Amino acid sequence: MSLINNLVEQLINGLRTGSIYALIALGYTMVYGIAKMINFAHGDIIMVGAYALYVFAALLGLPAPVCILLTIIVCAVLGILVERIAYKPLRNAPSLAVLITAIGVSYFLQNVALIIFKATPIPFGSIIKVPSIKIGGIHISGITIVTLIVTVIAMAVLTWFINKTKAGSAMRAVSEDKGAAALMGINVNKTISMTFAIGSALAAVAGILFICQYESLSPTLGALPGIKAFVAAVLGGIGSIPGAMLGGIVLGIIESLSKAYISTQLADAIVFGVLVIVLLVKPSGLLGKMKAEKV
Amino acid sequence: MNKKINKSVIINVILALVAYGVVMALIYGGLLGRQAMSIIIPCCINVMLAVSLCLLVGFLGELTLGHAGFMSIGAYAGALTTNALDLPPQIELLIGLLVGGIVAAVFSLIIGLPVLRLKGDYLAIVTLGFGEIIKSVINFLGFTGGAKGLSGIGAYSNYKNFTFVYIFVLLTILVISNLVKSRHGRAICAVRDNYIAAEAVGIKVSKFKTMAFVISGFFAGMAGVFYAHNVGILKPGNFDYNKSIEILVMVVLGGMGNIKGAIIAAVILTALPEVLRSAADFRMLLYAIVLIAMMLFNNSKFRMAMIEKRNLKKAMSIQKEGE
Repeated sequence: MSLINNLVEQLINGLRTGSIYALIALGYTMVYGIAKMINFAHGDIIMVGAYALYVFAALLGLPAPVCILLTIIVCAVLGILVERIAYKPLRNAPSLAVLITAIGVSYFLQNVALIIFKATPIPFGSIIKVPSIKIGGIHISGITIVTLIVTVIAMAVLTWFINKTKAGSAMRAVSEDKGAAALMGINVNKTISMTFAIGSALAAVAGILFICQYESLSPTLGALPGIKAFVAAVLGGIGSIPGAMLGGIVLGIIESLSKAYISTQLADAIVFGVLVIVLLVKPSGLLGKMKAEKV
Repeated sequence: MNKKINKSVIINVILALVAYGVVMALIYGGLLGRQAMSIIIPCCINVMLAVSLCLLVGFLGELTLGHAGFMSIGAYAGALTTNALDLPPQIELLIGLLVGGIVAAVFSLIIGLPVLRLKGDYLAIVTLGFGEIIKSVINFLGFTGGAKGLSGIGAYSNYKNFTFVYIFVLLTILVISNLVKSRHGRAICAVRDNYIAAEAVGIKVSKFKTMAFVISGFFAGMAGVFYAHNVGILKPGNFDYNKSIEILVMVVLGGMGNIKGAIIAAVILTALPEVLRSAADFRMLLYAIVLIAMMLFNNSKFRMAMIEKRNLKKAMSIQKEGE
């Protein structure tokens, strides 16, 4: 019985980590869909979100809902700024240039945080205080419940936004064909900015959930979840929103199970191994569409 | 035409000799402090790394973020070999270099074969992933010393052995710059410029990609061996993502696809932090700004106009010659 309990607990852990990956992966996938670039700095937006929450909650002592709102706004604005300053001038540049710039931005954010907050990890208590529950011998922590609920809501809202609203249709149109979208009267620049803002806001939510779980801040905290979320986005099929959700959760469960039953140290290697295998067997991912390359 | 090539060869040989003479004079003239002496070999190591990465980023046009991983494979393989051997230092190091280079090249082949089908962003991420896998596997294995590190490596490549290291640096530069000028090198450049066109004229894209990967990995591995015998202790954490980025910055700052630029950038970026110790905190930040600024500048309207002007001038002079 305890074996099954253990397995269920690991699965729930995986679901929790996976939901955070899914939230981050959504940002990657949306930006990739619309700007055809991998926003390497996306993982570091999580880090900025975590530090922003720390500044608002621990240093300024604001109430929790205000902190969360301000954090999301900070990240969304940062996302727009990054796009305007670093990516917009390179929209027609070769992809290698864009990629290197994105890495530069990621590095820049990390090092600014390093200079301001120093390298020593800062302990930071969770702002989400929900009691844990016990169902039939299985222990589920409060933060897990909150994470799962928040993720489900965020995904539902995002799906509704993209499929049902005018702004969402504009986003889909721009990702389909920029030139045609512009001819139909869609403001392409504004739509791209909006995509970055939404992606970064989701990253901020992920950052808040992440920091409430791990309770320690460091300038590189966003790098690894960022890369893993990218793996999740590729696993689900980059550019596909349901794919990012599915990929994130599958990856979270794989990681959690390999940590529990194989080796903690090798868990990262296994996660990246998944990426390699996916790219070799089905490069378009689980739910992605394969596009033929035109000359 | 032949004369022109000879001239540039002579200039390069003179430059290499002058650089060697200056460094030797600095070492034995007693002009440098201990601190400055200790960066001579890291300069050489970084030149090797930058030139080998230049082949991938500059000429093959593929971004790899796992260069530090290949370096670490070479470093561990070389260090384990020299630790096991009991021969005169120079011979041990030579064997270590060969083993380190070959093991790194074999790993590049293993990694290169599956990632051949990928390009651009995906390739970058997969190499980044491989870098992380290598790091965690080294951490996990017993004989590499794990997270504690591998220690007791003989200091065979300190500044006293500058000549030995320098020969290998020259060898790296020579092999890669000649490769780029050769038929194979032109094929590699063709893959970069338009891989569909390259495939159409019968260039085996995957073959040349693997070749570039393996050669680059080989020299990165050798650089790793020198690194191991310079610092004396290896830790998996030394070969993280930051190290890969540092090498990338050298290549980008040198001008992608420009070997001389990469060499100069590698020397400057290794020496500068030592000179500007007080600004050490801002070093990484500076790297980030260099990366962004170089890319924005290279693709700015101003730069585009400059290139156009230069091409126009070239065309004019060719036209004149024709008349």
